Amino acid sequence: MFDLKTHLKTLVETHAPSGHEGPIREVVQSAWESLVDSFEQDRLGSLIGIKRATNANGPARKIMLAAHMDEIGLMVRDIVDGFILIHRVAGIDNRLMMAQPVLVHGRETLPGIVATTPPHLLKPEDRKKYPDMDDLIVDTGLPAEEVNRLVRIGDLITPDAPMLTLNGQLVAGKAFDDRACVAAVTACLNELQRLQHSWDVYATATVQEESGLFGARTAANYIKPDIAIALDVTFAPQAGVNNDDASDINEGPVIALGANIHPKLFDRLMDTAKKYEIKHQTEAMPANTGTDAWAIQVAHEGIPTALISIPIRNMHSPVETLDLRDIERSGRLLAQFIATLEPDFFSTSGWDEESDTDAEEKES
Amino acid sequence: MILKELSTAIGVSGEEQAVRKIIREAIRDHVTDIEVDSIGNLTALKKGTGNGPRVMIAAHMDEIGFMISGYDSSGALRFTNVGGVDARILPGLRLKVGKKALPGIIQWGPIHKTYSDRSVKEIKDLRIDIGATSKSSAEGMVKIGERATFDTTFMEIGEHILRGKAFDDRAGCATLVEILRGGPYSVDILAAFTVQEEIGLRGARVAAERLKPDVAFVLEGTTAHDLPDPNADPDDPIQVNPACKLGAGPALTVMDRSMIVPPQLLRFLRETADAENIPYQLKTALGGGTDGGQIHLSGSGVPTAVISTPCRYIHAPAAILDKRDFDAGVRLLQAALARMNHAVVTPV
Repeated sequence: MFDLKTHLKTLVETHAPSGHEGPIREVVQSAWESLVDSFEQDRLGSLIGIKRATNANGPARKIMLAAHMDEIGLMVRDIVDGFILIHRVAGIDNRLMMAQPVLVHGRETLPGIVATTPPHLLKPEDRKKYPDMDDLIVDTGLPAEEVNRLVRIGDLITPDAPMLTLNGQLVAGKAFDDRACVAAVTACLNELQRLQHSWDVYATATVQEESGLFGARTAANYIKPDIAIALDVTFAPQAGVNNDDASDINEGPVIALGANIHPKLFDRLMDTAKKYEIKHQTEAMPANTGTDAWAIQVAHEGIPTALISIPIRNMHSPVETLDLRDIERSGRLLAQFIATLEPDFFSTSGWDEESDTDAEEKES
Repeated sequence: MILKELSTAIGVSGEEQAVRKIIREAIRDHVTDIEVDSIGNLTALKKGTGNGPRVMIAAHMDEIGFMISGYDSSGALRFTNVGGVDARILPGLRLKVGKKALPGIIQWGPIHKTYSDRSVKEIKDLRIDIGATSKSSAEGMVKIGERATFDTTFMEIGEHILRGKAFDDRAGCATLVEILRGGPYSVDILAAFTVQEEIGLRGARVAAERLKPDVAFVLEGTTAHDLPDPNADPDDPIQVNPACKLGAGPALTVMDRSMIVPPQLLRFLRETADAENIPYQLKTALGGGTDGGQIHLSGSGVPTAVISTPCRYIHAPAAILDKRDFDAGVRLLQAALARMNHAVVTPV
């Protein structure tokens, strides 16, 4: 029996920052083992689980699902007297790092704490700004010889942030961006065990999204799908930020609309959500969605792409917060979308009622 | 380990009951005259065998923390600090909230939207999320006035290092518990586990007036800041003042913002340490004050010294100390109690 919460917990408590996705690839592969027919990888390390069509007449078309499995993190920059100085790996926020518990992934996994200066020793000007990444120190408590034996420059550091349940409904932790969406893909694959579908599903856990949407591009180039749906997290409303573009928690997945999204896919997703009465929201995104969708749309020879997002608070912190039901709804929406794809859906570029070759005839 | 129990207990200034309960249980077979006074101090007497000065030993039970001060309509909680907290450490922390110690987190806006404004968010602009989805559901979970504390798991690291919450001043409380479990001593020990130190040395003042000691020792977990300067030129010999260091023994205060230790009392402690081969260090920074600040002014004055276990990162979720420093502090105090005499308490 698929337990979404336990699966999500396993995903987010794995430590795999951008470029170093080995550990999370193993976890995802293990979770998808019984749900797909085979696995492939691109050459950057994106994991592709292929679930073949159950009732295709002839060669099946391909739909790519993309959720990124890398997380933001830190890296050892230098070791001075046994204390560790750090670099950021992608968009981790230096402003929240002081006082955070972390794990240093050296020869052993060492618990550490990011150093703070006690108020007694602070000067007034110290209190006016957050320390830069270069000002931060990680203290493992171990003597210098031990640290030098166990830790090297280049070793990774991640937040020590077990998944937390808030009031029974919400969960908080690290790497919900974007492992919550990896979990949604798992939920979708689970649903598909019970459904017929005439398209091949290429479920892809992409790498290095946080570094520049790298794995999405290489995986899409490799797969050459006919259509693609990317999944990522989006902003839920919270105090102290501009909430004009925010989407509510526990109101379902957010279906995006805009230049990055093929309108025909948007329409089909909306129709599916309404038909199967899945709570959903919409988000207008004028240009760059900042997700794997942006890379996939122009990969290979162009791929019609859509984007589904899960609203979370505190994005890029060790306390990202969401409602599990939004993951479950996203998985269900994807599964129903896939199950209702006709073999000839999207057999043209999808822009005009006339065929694409009419334009050529008119010119000549 | 008594320090582990004390560190894990929750006792923000003004609500020290849980800590008091643990201490009472730990010392009851070793002392007499256990009393809890009107502000909440726990005092006790360990009668000595001789006729030396009456020695007050104080450690404070309270820790810094937070108090819930209101609700947003979204169900998020507004809060204030209790005691000195650097607001810059708060974004994204995990807390235990209210009487039921509910899990909570301090929210932090996404970097994508907020990074252009690097100004420090004051506590009044931060919010705690306990998973309530409306003001009324939040009201049902925690009331205004309830406290919150850091969610920290006590840890032993390597052979000597301990990491945990509230070492300021559960390290001092644990030291005093060890002293009371030991002995017999020739002097009368007036033990005072005080309250509300972090919000103005409040309990200590009351305890000292009640106990009327001849001399006092204050036990603290104090600011060790023996870290490298991350931006230092490797060839530059100038080092940041550490205040005191881990692994160099208990720290003796010479002077802080609340008092000056009488020279003869400080010399007595140093000579005792040297005679017994106990390592110690002197604090080299001036920040902060202790219960001593009130004790030394009680009655017509009480000579007071401060003996501290050096701790990194106090007033933050997880402090770090070296067990050897803690043990040496216990030994130093025991040796001082054995040698205590009336000459030591006379001003020079």
